[in-house]
Amino acid sequence: MNQHNEMQTSFLSIAENESFARVVVAAFAVQLRPTVSEIADIKTAVSEAVTNAIVHGYEGTVGQVILRAEIHDKNLLTIEVQDQGKGIADVPQAMEPFYTTHPEQERSGMGFAVMQTFMDDLYVESTPGTGTTVRMSKRIRSGGNW
Amino acid sequence: MLRSIRDGDKLLVGLDGELDHFCAQSIRRELDNQLADPGIRQLILDFSGLSFMDSSGIGVILGRYRILRDRGGSVSVIHMNEHVSRIFHMSGMSKVIRQLDKKQEARR
Repeated sequence: MNQHNEMQTSFLSIAENESFARVVVAAFAVQLRPTVSEIADIKTAVSEAVTNAIVHGYEGTVGQVILRAEIHDKNLLTIEVQDQGKGIADVPQAMEPFYTTHPEQERSGMGFAVMQTFMDDLYVESTPGTGTTVRMSKRIRSGGNW
Repeated sequence: MLRSIRDGDKLLVGLDGELDHFCAQSIRRELDNQLADPGIRQLILDFSGLSFMDSSGIGVILGRYRILRDRGGSVSVIHMNEHVSRIFHMSGMSKVIRQLDKKQEARR
Protein backbone atom coordinates (compact mmCIF):
# COMPACT_ATOMS: atom_id res chain seq x y z
CA MET A 1 0.00 0.00 0.00
CA ASN A 2 0.99 3.64 -0.26
CA GLN A 3 2.57 3.14 -3.66
CA HIS A 4 2.84 5.99 -6.12
CA ASN A 5 -0.50 7.07 -7.49
CA GLU A 6 -1.91 10.05 -9.31
CA MET A 7 -5.16 11.43 -10.68
CA GLN A 8 -6.16 14.31 -12.88
CA THR A 9 -9.50 15.80 -13.79
CA SER A 10 -10.74 19.06 -15.24
CA PHE A 11 -14.01 20.88 -14.89
CA LEU A 12 -15.64 24.20 -15.76
CA SER A 13 -14.98 27.19 -13.51
CA ILE A 14 -18.49 27.37 -12.08
CA ALA A 15 -19.19 27.58 -8.37
CA GLU A 16 -21.18 24.31 -8.32
CA ASN A 17 -17.88 22.49 -8.96
CA GLU A 18 -16.26 23.65 -5.71
CA SER A 19 -17.87 20.81 -3.76
CA PHE A 20 -17.16 18.38 -6.62
CA ALA A 21 -13.43 19.22 -6.50
CA ARG A 22 -13.04 18.77 -2.75
CA VAL A 23 -14.99 15.50 -2.72
CA VAL A 24 -12.84 14.12 -5.58
CA VAL A 25 -9.57 14.90 -3.76
CA ALA A 26 -10.94 13.58 -0.46
CA ALA A 27 -11.96 10.31 -2.17
CA PHE A 28 -8.48 9.99 -3.73
CA ALA A 29 -6.76 10.73 -0.40
CA VAL A 30 -8.72 8.05 1.49
CA GLN A 31 -6.17 5.38 0.39
CA LEU A 32 -3.66 7.09 2.75
CA ARG A 33 -6.03 6.42 5.66
CA PRO A 34 -6.15 10.05 6.80
CA THR A 35 -7.92 11.10 9.98
CA VAL A 36 -11.26 12.89 9.76
CA SER A 37 -9.43 16.08 10.69
CA GLU A 38 -6.83 15.61 7.92
CA ILE A 39 -9.62 15.07 5.38
CA ALA A 40 -11.30 18.28 6.56
CA ASP A 41 -7.98 20.16 6.13
CA ILE A 42 -7.52 18.82 2.59
CA LYS A 43 -11.11 19.57 1.56
CA THR A 44 -10.84 23.12 2.89
CA ALA A 45 -7.54 23.83 1.10
CA VAL A 46 -8.88 22.45 -2.21
CA SER A 47 -12.05 24.50 -1.81
CA GLU A 48 -10.00 27.68 -1.32
CA ALA A 49 -7.78 27.05 -4.35
CA VAL A 50 -10.69 26.17 -6.64
CA THR A 51 -12.73 29.16 -5.41
CA ASN A 52 -9.75 31.42 -6.20
CA ALA A 53 -9.56 30.00 -9.73
CA ILE A 54 -13.29 30.62 -10.25
CA VAL A 55 -13.60 34.02 -8.55
CA HIS A 56 -10.22 35.58 -9.37
CA GLY A 57 -8.68 33.53 -12.19
CA TYR A 58 -11.70 33.52 -14.49
CA GLU A 59 -13.66 36.33 -12.78
CA GLY A 60 -17.09 35.00 -13.71
CA THR A 61 -16.09 33.84 -17.18
CA VAL A 62 -16.10 30.10 -17.86
CA GLY A 63 -12.81 28.30 -18.38
CA GLN A 64 -11.21 25.00 -17.43
CA VAL A 65 -9.85 24.27 -13.99
CA ILE A 66 -7.37 21.39 -13.91
CA LEU A 67 -7.10 19.44 -10.68
CA ARG A 68 -4.26 17.01 -10.09
CA ALA A 69 -3.40 14.98 -7.04
CA GLU A 70 -0.44 12.70 -6.44
CA ILE A 71 0.61 10.33 -3.72
CA HIS A 72 4.35 9.79 -3.46
CA ASP A 73 7.11 9.28 -0.93
CA LYS A 74 4.85 6.84 0.98
CA ASN A 75 2.40 9.28 2.56
CA LEU A 76 2.87 12.64 0.88
CA LEU A 77 -0.20 14.03 -0.88
CA THR A 78 0.44 16.77 -3.44
CA ILE A 79 -2.46 18.72 -4.95
CA GLU A 80 -2.30 21.07 -7.90
CA VAL A 81 -5.07 23.45 -8.98
CA GLN A 82 -4.43 25.17 -12.29
CA ASP A 83 -6.36 27.78 -14.25
CA GLN A 84 -5.66 29.64 -17.45
CA GLY A 85 -7.26 32.82 -16.21
CA LYS A 86 -5.99 36.33 -15.75
CA GLY A 87 -3.16 35.48 -13.35
CA ILE A 88 -1.89 37.35 -10.30
CA ALA A 89 0.44 40.32 -10.81
CA ASP A 90 1.76 40.39 -7.25
CA VAL A 91 1.68 36.94 -5.64
CA PRO A 92 3.18 37.92 -2.23
CA GLN A 93 0.55 40.67 -1.89
CA ALA A 94 -2.27 38.29 -2.87
CA MET A 95 -1.08 35.87 -0.19
CA GLU A 96 -1.24 38.43 2.61
CA PRO A 97 -4.05 37.67 5.08
CA PHE A 98 -7.14 39.86 4.54
CA TYR A 99 -5.91 41.12 1.16
CA THR A 100 -8.84 40.96 -1.26
CA THR A 101 -9.61 42.51 -4.61
CA HIS A 102 -13.34 41.86 -4.04
CA PRO A 103 -14.37 43.34 -0.66
CA GLU A 104 -17.79 44.22 -2.14
CA GLN A 105 -18.44 40.49 -2.61
CA GLU A 106 -17.52 39.92 1.03
CA ARG A 107 -14.43 37.93 0.06
CA SER A 108 -12.47 37.61 3.29
CA GLY A 109 -8.98 37.60 1.80
CA MET A 110 -8.16 34.54 3.90
CA GLY A 111 -7.99 31.91 1.14
CA PHE A 112 -4.20 31.55 0.93
CA ALA A 113 -3.87 31.85 4.73
CA VAL A 114 -6.28 28.92 5.11
CA MET A 115 -4.31 26.86 2.55
CA GLN A 116 -1.07 27.65 4.39
CA THR A 117 -2.55 26.72 7.75
CA PHE A 118 -4.19 23.47 6.70
CA MET A 119 -1.45 22.12 4.40
CA ASP A 120 2.29 21.62 5.06
CA ASP A 121 3.53 23.43 1.95
CA LEU A 122 2.05 25.93 -0.47
CA TYR A 123 3.57 27.20 -3.69
CA VAL A 124 1.87 29.65 -6.06
CA GLU A 125 3.07 30.23 -9.60
CA SER A 126 1.31 32.86 -11.68
CA THR A 127 1.80 34.81 -14.87
CA PRO A 128 -0.54 37.70 -15.66
CA GLY A 129 -2.60 36.86 -18.74
CA THR A 130 -1.58 33.20 -18.66
CA GLY A 131 -2.95 31.76 -15.43
CA THR A 132 -2.18 30.49 -11.97
CA THR A 133 -1.05 27.17 -10.54
CA VAL A 134 -1.40 26.46 -6.82
CA ARG A 135 0.62 23.51 -5.60
CA MET A 136 0.27 22.29 -2.05
CA SER A 137 1.25 19.21 -0.14
CA LYS A 138 0.48 17.50 3.10
CA ARG A 139 2.04 14.54 4.78
CA ILE A 140 -0.65 12.19 6.05
CA ARG A 141 0.13 10.72 9.46
CA SER A 142 -1.23 7.41 8.26
CA GLY A 143 -3.52 5.06 10.12
CA GLY A 144 -6.37 7.31 11.17
CA ASN A 145 -9.45 5.88 12.81
CA TRP A 146 -12.76 6.46 11.08
CA MET B 1 -32.29 26.09 3.66
CA LEU B 2 -32.15 27.96 6.93
CA ARG B 3 -34.11 27.12 10.06
CA SER B 4 -34.87 30.21 12.06
CA ILE B 5 -36.59 31.08 15.33
CA ARG B 6 -37.51 34.64 16.30
CA ASP B 7 -37.73 35.62 19.96
CA GLY B 8 -38.14 39.37 20.56
CA ASP B 9 -35.08 41.12 19.18
CA LYS B 10 -33.24 37.78 18.82
CA LEU B 11 -33.04 35.69 15.68
CA LEU B 12 -31.62 32.18 15.94
CA VAL B 13 -30.65 30.72 12.58
CA GLY B 14 -29.50 27.14 12.05
CA LEU B 15 -27.16 26.59 9.10
CA ASP B 16 -27.28 23.16 7.49
CA GLY B 17 -24.97 21.45 5.04
CA GLU B 18 -21.96 23.25 3.60
CA LEU B 19 -20.88 26.88 3.56
CA ASP B 20 -18.57 27.49 0.62
CA HIS B 21 -18.48 30.22 -2.04
CA PHE B 22 -21.33 28.57 -3.98
CA CYS B 23 -23.67 28.11 -0.98
CA ALA B 24 -22.70 31.52 0.47
CA GLN B 25 -24.68 33.33 -2.20
CA SER B 26 -28.07 31.88 -1.21
CA ILE B 27 -27.32 31.81 2.54
CA ARG B 28 -26.39 35.52 2.44
CA ARG B 29 -29.59 36.33 0.53
CA GLU B 30 -31.81 34.40 2.95
CA LEU B 31 -30.12 35.88 6.03
CA ASP B 32 -30.40 39.42 4.69
CA ASN B 33 -34.10 38.92 3.92
CA GLN B 34 -34.67 38.10 7.58
CA LEU B 35 -32.34 40.84 8.85
CA ALA B 36 -34.30 43.43 6.83
CA ASP B 37 -36.48 43.67 9.96
CA PRO B 38 -34.71 46.41 11.99
CA GLY B 39 -36.20 44.97 15.18
CA ILE B 40 -33.63 42.18 15.10
CA ARG B 41 -30.66 43.18 17.23
CA GLN B 42 -29.11 39.82 18.06
CA LEU B 43 -28.28 37.21 15.47
CA ILE B 44 -27.30 33.79 16.79
CA LEU B 45 -25.91 31.35 14.22
CA ASP B 46 -26.26 27.68 15.13
CA PHE B 47 -23.57 25.65 13.37
CA SER B 48 -24.63 22.20 14.67
CA GLY B 49 -25.84 21.14 11.21
CA LEU B 50 -22.88 22.61 9.32
CA SER B 51 -20.59 19.91 7.93
CA PHE B 52 -18.14 22.11 6.01
CA MET B 53 -17.02 25.71 5.93
CA ASP B 54 -14.18 27.49 4.14
CA SER B 55 -13.12 31.15 4.11
CA SER B 56 -16.28 32.12 2.19
CA GLY B 57 -18.06 31.53 5.51
CA ILE B 58 -15.85 34.15 7.16
CA GLY B 59 -17.11 36.71 4.63
CA VAL B 60 -20.75 35.77 5.25
CA ILE B 61 -20.44 35.96 9.05
CA LEU B 62 -18.44 39.21 9.10
CA GLY B 63 -20.81 40.79 6.57
CA ARG B 64 -23.80 40.06 8.87
CA TYR B 65 -21.75 41.25 11.85
CA ARG B 66 -21.39 44.66 10.15
CA ILE B 67 -25.15 44.88 9.53
CA LEU B 68 -25.95 44.13 13.19
CA ARG B 69 -23.13 46.31 14.54
CA ASP B 70 -24.45 49.29 12.56
CA ARG B 71 -27.78 48.98 14.38
CA GLY B 72 -26.12 48.49 17.76
CA GLY B 73 -26.64 44.73 17.79
CA SER B 74 -24.42 41.66 17.86
CA VAL B 75 -23.73 38.30 16.26
CA SER B 76 -22.87 35.16 18.19
CA VAL B 77 -22.31 31.56 17.23
CA ILE B 78 -23.08 28.23 18.89
CA HIS B 79 -22.26 24.57 18.27
CA MET B 80 -19.15 24.90 16.10
CA ASN B 81 -17.39 21.66 15.29
CA GLU B 82 -13.60 21.45 15.62
CA HIS B 83 -12.98 22.22 11.94
CA VAL B 84 -15.23 25.30 11.84
CA SER B 85 -13.77 26.42 15.16
CA ARG B 86 -10.22 26.43 13.70
CA ILE B 87 -11.29 28.71 10.84
CA PHE B 88 -13.23 30.88 13.30
CA HIS B 89 -10.11 31.44 15.42
CA MET B 90 -7.47 31.74 12.67
CA SER B 91 -9.51 34.42 10.88
CA GLY B 92 -9.70 36.64 13.94
CA MET B 93 -13.51 36.39 13.93
CA SER B 94 -13.37 35.26 17.55
CA LYS B 95 -12.34 38.82 18.48
CA VAL B 96 -15.65 40.36 17.37
CA ILE B 97 -18.09 37.47 17.40
CA ARG B 98 -19.05 35.81 20.63
CA GLN B 99 -19.04 32.06 20.92
CA LEU B 100 -21.81 30.93 23.26
CA ASP B 101 -21.34 27.81 25.33
CA LYS B 102 -24.13 25.48 26.42
CA LYS B 103 -24.84 27.36 29.68
CA GLN B 104 -25.06 30.73 27.95
CA GLU B 105 -27.31 29.21 25.33
CA ALA B 106 -29.65 27.89 28.05
CA ARG B 107 -29.93 31.40 29.52
CA ARG B 108 -30.59 32.93 26.15
